[in-house]
Amino acid sequence: MDQRKIRVLIAKPGLDGHDRGAKIVARALRDAGMEVIYTGLRQTPEMIAEAALQEDVDVVGLSILSGAHMTLVPRVLELLRANGQEHVLVFVGGIIPEEDVPALLAMGVKAVYGPGTPTQTIVEDIRRAVLEAQGSVA
Amino acid sequence: MPLVDEVLAGKRLALARLLSLIENDAPEGWAALDALYPRTGQAHLIGVTGAPGVGKSSLVNQIARALRRPQDGEPPRTVAIVAVDPTSPFSGGALLGDRVRMRDLSGDPGVFIRSMASRGALGGLAPTTAAVVQALDAAGFEVILIETVGAGQAEVEIARLAHTTIVVESPGGGDDIQAIKAGLLEIADLLVINKADRPGADLTERALRSMLELGYPHGHHRPEAWAVAEPPPGETWVPPILRTVATEGKGIAEVVQALHAHAAYLRATSRWHAREQARLKDILDHMLQAALLARWQASLPQGHYQEVVQRLLRRELSPHQALEALLNLSPFPSAETPRLIP
Repeated sequence: MDQRKIRVLIAKPGLDGHDRGAKIVARALRDAGMEVIYTGLRQTPEMIAEAALQEDVDVVGLSILSGAHMTLVPRVLELLRANGQEHVLVFVGGIIPEEDVPALLAMGVKAVYGPGTPTQTIVEDIRRAVLEAQGSVA
Repeated sequence: MPLVDEVLAGKRLALARLLSLIENDAPEGWAALDALYPRTGQAHLIGVTGAPGVGKSSLVNQIARALRRPQDGEPPRTVAIVAVDPTSPFSGGALLGDRVRMRDLSGDPGVFIRSMASRGALGGLAPTTAAVVQALDAAGFEVILIETVGAGQAEVEIARLAHTTIVVESPGGGDDIQAIKAGLLEIADLLVINKADRPGADLTERALRSMLELGYPHGHHRPEAWAVAEPPPGETWVPPILRTVATEGKGIAEVVQALHAHAAYLRATSRWHAREQARLKDILDHMLQAALLARWQASLPQGHYQEVVQRLLRRELSPHQALEALLNLSPFPSAETPRLIP
């Protein structure tokens, strides 16, 4: 019997204290039938990678508004790989300058979402990406 | 089996994968658990339950911290935490937020935290919580803390899964009539009043104490159906009432002491064995019910169930007649029809 649900970790690395966006996305993913693990504010990349490992998630969503994305995102990606979780899909949302997006995508981030992105877009992207990733494993 | 070997070797990714396979009802997961089962039965299983917002996650966080860094000369224990939050009945999704209160534990290799969605099960746990706990037990965690969904009065399943059940209350939670109703309070081995710095803690303690005094002149109050033998007189465990302020770590040492005392009591009175028996029988019964129900559903002719529901709606059949109609069609002879619906 196939009981698989998409499991998503929503995390806020770094020091900014604004988690409204992260909560809206978490809620939208829940309403789309996913299991969302929400870890709260001020997470270090180490804490995020550890939670992603223990929870065996398919997706990590990082919400960053502090401007530290070019430091935090590569560190999370590096730790996920070090833990053997290179298959985990990483999405980034928040205030990310346009010129940083190509670099983030090149590192292995699946997509970057700015303010005003409809939650439906994120839901659909995650569904599609997880299906593709499962297809490539099978 | 490589997965089993890796789990036994302490590989955390393998353990995490195994827990997902079990949750998803995958055959590899069950096969691995079959191989691991002989290694279970070592851990002290502790349930933590109580209404939403009383501070279950914060308390679990503090208990785990205290078990990792004991002040009283006890050896540190490895700790696994299984935290269950509800699945939405509408979307099938879930928001699992218990980790927010457990950030103190991150970075400690002696702790493993797993969030579970209830996935349609009532009773405060998920359908596979018992199996997930077995996997963590086999993986060698010495204490497993199981946090239920925010529970009301009837979510008492945790008492059948755990050796020790903590019921968490907070001040202002109702009068002494609430406290003598059946349900949650009856399953407590430890009663914890969290947020005890708030007004009303004395009242809450008085209500709980009067409940205990009503219950304990006649010995232990667990239902006989759980097959837990009454202890001889003088060996009754009376649940201690403990006060905590979990966010500040106050009162936690006493809770941990009481947990150890309860485990020692269970072992000294051979009730550990009785609980294990009741626990494992309950796990088996649950699986049996689910499997029989699934088998029976698969045996029904296409559309028959829907048709019976329609006849129920038209008042052509009573629910009882509908039951008979459905069971008569099943492959079981009607005279000795097993009672599939409790």
